[in-house]
Amino acid sequence: MVNPNVQGKTYPATNPYLVGREKIREFAHAVKSTSAVNLDLLSAQAAGYTDLVAPPTFAVVIQERSLATVLADPEADIDFSRVVHGDQRFVYNRPIVAGDELTSELTVASVKSLGAHSMVTFETKIFDISRDLVCTAISTLVVRGED
Amino acid sequence: MTHINIASLEIGQQIGSSEYLLTRDSLVRYAGASGDFNPIHYRDDFAKSVGLDGVLAHGMLTMGVAAQVAADWVGDAGRIIDYGVRFTKPVWVDAVDGAVLVVTGKIGEIDLENHKVRIDISATFNETGVLGKAQAWVRL
Repeated sequence: MVNPNVQGKTYPATNPYLVGREKIREFAHAVKSTSAVNLDLLSAQAAGYTDLVAPPTFAVVIQERSLATVLADPEADIDFSRVVHGDQRFVYNRPIVAGDELTSELTVASVKSLGAHSMVTFETKIFDISRDLVCTAISTLVVRGED
Repeated sequence: MTHINIASLEIGQQIGSSEYLLTRDSLVRYAGASGDFNPIHYRDDFAKSVGLDGVLAHGMLTMGVAAQVAADWVGDAGRIIDYGVRFTKPVWVDAVDGAVLVVTGKIGEIDLENHKVRIDISATFNETGVLGKAQAWVRL
């Protein structure tokens, strides 16, 4: 069972992640994107962006860095081998673009019990180097109870 | 501006439909791109040892691919300002045949005041929905 006492706990900000142009291309290919703003610099600039735009689910890469901190936290007591992804949402203030340096701060929004299972919802705020909020990633993990 | 005239849209209007073949190659590629190296997404023996029927696609891969219907329609992926899904069913990816994901989108809500629309996305595998409440708000 996930420790219910971590509800409300905020984890320290991650080290900055520099979003690379080729990383965006790699991720875009992986999610089968053919969007020009994800792949072609001139198209992205013509659409008004400073550089390539990351696909909308790219923020998961940043979220994962915060999540890794929680999964390694003995207080939270989350058994990663029993984790199933329940839901995921990204709310953007602006798109992520190549060149961004992003940090993330995760808060455990809720811990709920559902029979033998636990449901943990995380809210991860992703900031740029000016400390402006870029994206809020909300993720619920279902942690299956012991068989 | 986009090529889409918000005033011409109707609730329920279909905006697109695509089929995507997910193979084991797709899963390995996504693992590398995302950093999610959970072996349930590439090793049958490991997947079976934790009680799964076999290797399944990353939920985030399905979510990422499903976003394309909205991105392709609006013509600029940067205009997707809010995107959420529930993961309701696994997508089993056969080592030989892969898995075909069918993605469709329709207009769910029109917000004239804020110049944005909600795209309701359906993603099915073997004629079963694999995402629940998959919704993308797109700024026009």
